[in-house]
Order: sequence, then C-alpha cells, then structure tokens
Amino acid sequence: MLIVKDLSVHYGVIQALKQVSVEVHEGEIVALIGANGAGKTTLLHAISGLVKHEGDILFLGNSLSKADSRAIVAAGITQVPEGRRIFPDMSVTENLLMGAYLRKDKAGIEEDMKMVFERFPRLQERKKQLAGTLSGGEQQMLAMGRALMAKPKLLLLDEPSMGLSPLLVKEIFSIITSINEQGTTVLLVEQNARMALQIADRAYVMETGKIVLSGTGEELSASEDIKKAYLGG
Amino acid sequence: MKNWMKKENLLWLGLIVLSYAVLNILISAGIINNVYKTVLMTIGINIILAISLNLIIGITGQFSLGHAGFMIIGAYSCGVMLKSFVSGVPGVFLGIIAGMVISAFVALVVAIPTLRLRGDYLAIATLGFGEIIRIVILNMKITNGAAGLILPKAVSWHMIFWAVVICTIVVVNFGRSAHGRACISVREDEIAAEAMGINTTQYKILAFVLGAMIASVAGALYAGAFYVIKPDMFTYSKSIDILVLVVFGGMGSITGSFISSTLVSLLNTVLQQFSSVRMIVYGLALVVIMVFRPSGLLGRKELTFSGLLKVLKKGKGAAQ
Repeated sequence: MLIVKDLSVHYGVIQALKQVSVEVHEGEIVALIGANGAGKTTLLHAISGLVKHEGDILFLGNSLSKADSRAIVAAGITQVPEGRRIFPDMSVTENLLMGAYLRKDKAGIEEDMKMVFERFPRLQERKKQLAGTLSGGEQQMLAMGRALMAKPKLLLLDEPSMGLSPLLVKEIFSIITSINEQGTTVLLVEQNARMALQIADRAYVMETGKIVLSGTGEELSASEDIKKAYLGG
Repeated sequence: MKNWMKKENLLWLGLIVLSYAVLNILISAGIINNVYKTVLMTIGINIILAISLNLIIGITGQFSLGHAGFMIIGAYSCGVMLKSFVSGVPGVFLGIIAGMVISAFVALVVAIPTLRLRGDYLAIATLGFGEIIRIVILNMKITNGAAGLILPKAVSWHMIFWAVVICTIVVVNFGRSAHGRACISVREDEIAAEAMGINTTQYKILAFVLGAMIASVAGALYAGAFYVIKPDMFTYSKSIDILVLVVFGGMGSITGSFISSTLVSLLNTVLQQFSSVRMIVYGLALVVIMVFRPSGLLGRKELTFSGLLKVLKKGKGAAQ
C-alpha cells in the first residue's frame, strides 16, 4: 500500500533521515519504534508532505513525492500529529468537522460523525465543549476522531500514548486495534515499544535516522537487543 | 438549534433598527449635536477598522502592523475621486469601490511574500509595507503630496452607520462559514490545519485581503466625513491605534471590537480637553486594562442575546 524508498530529509546541515525504506501493506498495523531524535516523526511528516525530502514515496502505486499535504490527505493518508494538536478554541464538533475539510459529501460526513461518536462516547457527551478544556486522553481521542473524519485509508499515528496514564494508554491501543480491524491500515510511531509491538503486525526500529531492525511484532518483542534497548531488560 | 439561531439573528436585526431609530431621534431632537455627531462617526469608522484587523489578527491569527496602509489607500481613492472626478455621494461610492479594488491588489502583493513569515517577522514586514504605501502616496502628484487634500463633506453619519452594519455582517458571516473555520484552525494550530489538508497560505491571504478591503472602506468614509486627509495621519502609529482597539476588545471577538472602539473613541474625546495629560491617561488606561483583562475586555467570547438571557436567569436564580 505504502512504499517508502531511500527517503532522506535534511534540516539545514543536519540529516534527520538517511535513506530510509519502509513498507506498509494493506490492513496491517506497522509500528516504528526508537529513541528520541531517531527520526520517527520526521518520517511521518515526510509521508504527510509536511517536510521536504529526497527519495520516493509510493501510495497505492502513485508517487507522492511531489504532492503537497492537501493532495496527500485527499489520496487517503491522514496524520494524528504528535501532542494531539487539536484546535483548542473550537468545539469538539468543529474539530471533527475540520477533519472532514476536504470532503464534500454532507451525508457521508454526518454518518462518519455518528460513527466517531459511537466509537468515542465521551466525545459525544462533550461535543459542544471547547476542545482545549478536554483531558489529555479525551484530546487524544478527539485527534483520532478528527483524523478518522477524513476517511483515511492509511492512518498515521504519532505517539498516541504520550502523556497518558497506563490505563488510558491501554484504552487508546485497543481503539487503534479496533480501527484497524474495521479496515484502516495503521502506521504507528511509538516510544512505548512494549505496547506498540503487542498490537503491531510488523515493526521497524529506528536509530539516528536509519532503520536498524525490522520484523514482526513477536520477533522483535522476543529479540534480546530490543529487550535491552527498548523494553527494559 | 436552528430556530434559536434565527431568533438570535432577529434580535440583532431588532437592535440595529432600534439603535438607528434612537440615533435619528436624538439627532433631530438636538440632543446629539454636531460635536457628538463627529464622535459618533469616529466611533463608526473605528469599529470598521477594528473588525477588519480583527479578521486578520483575531480570527486568522496573523499579526499585521500595516493596517493604516490600507486605510490610507481607501482615504485617497475616495479623496481623489471626490476632488478630481465625481463629487457627492456617488463619488464616495465610486471611491469606496476604487479603494477596495486597489487595496485588494496591494494586499495580495504584500501577502504573498510576507504571509510565509510568522509572528514578529510578519509584524515587522507588514509595518514596512504600510510605510511604503504611505510614502508612495506622499510622493504622488494626484494626492497633492504632504499637504494632503481638502475635501467637501460627502459622507453623512447614516452612511457610516450602514457601512458598519454591512462590514460587520460580512466579517461575522465569514467567521462562521467553512472558510472562516479554516481560518480559525490556522490560528489555532497551523501544522494541524495543514495536516487536515487545509491550504493555510491561501486562507491567510484570503483573510488579509478581505481585512485590507474593509479597512479601505473605513479610510474612504473617513476622507468623505472629515474634510482633510494628509499622509502623516496614517503613519504606523495609526496602525498601532487600530491594533490597540482589537487587543483591547479581545482578539477574535467582534462584539469586543465594538465595545473597545466605542470606549476608546469616547475616552479620546473626553481627554481632548486635557491635551497635556491626554496620552498619559490614555496609556494608563491601556496598562490597567491589560493588567486586569490580559486577553482584552471580552477575550474570544462574543456578547450574544442567548448569553445575556443565561446571565439574567442566573441572576434571578441567585436572587430567589
């Protein structure tokens, strides 16, 4: 579905990504794990068209290298950015509507709004509330709901567990699994390697701008190196 | 929900008609004399300026310090039109249209390079552009240079009143439309907006151009109402005066801009008699407001009839 080939990104003189190649197949959950500064977020930003890059990105057979972020959203890739980045002074409903910004089918938007509220009942209870007044977990749900409103084929999730309590992290991950089961492919960036590897079909490990390891979730969970470096022994 | 919105709109319409009628009665009864009428017109023009800048700063979140540049375009379009081509009310209308077209064009030229900048950088760039526009007008022949233009009075307070109403309706409706929501999302979080597929540059330009056009209307009305226009009336300090109105009322709040424009204009009029301490008192008033209401009088909230009703109900509940 998504093929990233020899992708490089420079921030000034610093090279954040060094010829990274990643593949995501339809229906999968693929996790990208690695320490701070490994380049995980940069990779997602490059796929979303938010940073300039060299190399090729193919989505459903079409090259996205020259496409801008709008064309990429329209093609079916939506990102849930790191730190949620909801619109704090807009209501929950308005935030969700922003997610459907590029869509013109009013009936479909309404239906998906219902679907999002079914999935996140807590958002429905607070639909008129300003998004900035929601708790961290609710904001994460809102960010995910907003992304789902774009009807993505591929959902990019950047650190969905950041700053959440362990219980909420569990809830968010079970939501990710259920979104995936209903047909949305997921590319997940996580620091919480243990949780990510549990739900991922496959995973890539990044270090200083490079992919250093890849394999299925189970393989990587079992690997001694990974245990030492990311899972705490 | 929809019915309630309609009710709200009807109440606003009622308020507009009522205030128009009351002002008419007060003027014909002589309670509002010519001095107060001038104040009234100043308030109207300030309101238009404030809401036009509010569209750029409050709704779209782009900091502009060159708003006087668009006001001067409107003022001189109208001034030159009245002086050299068509006089009277038709001249004012043509002047307004010419001003809007020119300022839209200039705003586009300014916006395309500068709106890539953010925050302080954008403020400095727009400040520079505002001054450039003024200097160009200062050096043109048709504008009579530094001496400025002396004009016949062609704008009545009726025109200003309805201009305020029309400009407000345009800005409010824009703010509530899907385009307006896109502008607000740019203000709230540019990266997230971009990630939703919003063309952030396009919306910044749209808001900037629309704001510039409305500011030029205020400039044109000013020229027609106050006899004299000179380039040095529209320096960057005028831009800052407009900015003060927006910040004072609350960035993003249209009703806040109304209140602040009215209060600041009144304050200025009252203080005119004490010219030596005027700026001190004015400055102090601003400091006090910013200390006690750092996000402006209304913040991002709007005064609404439904909100008023809620407050009244609460008050009743407390009384019982």
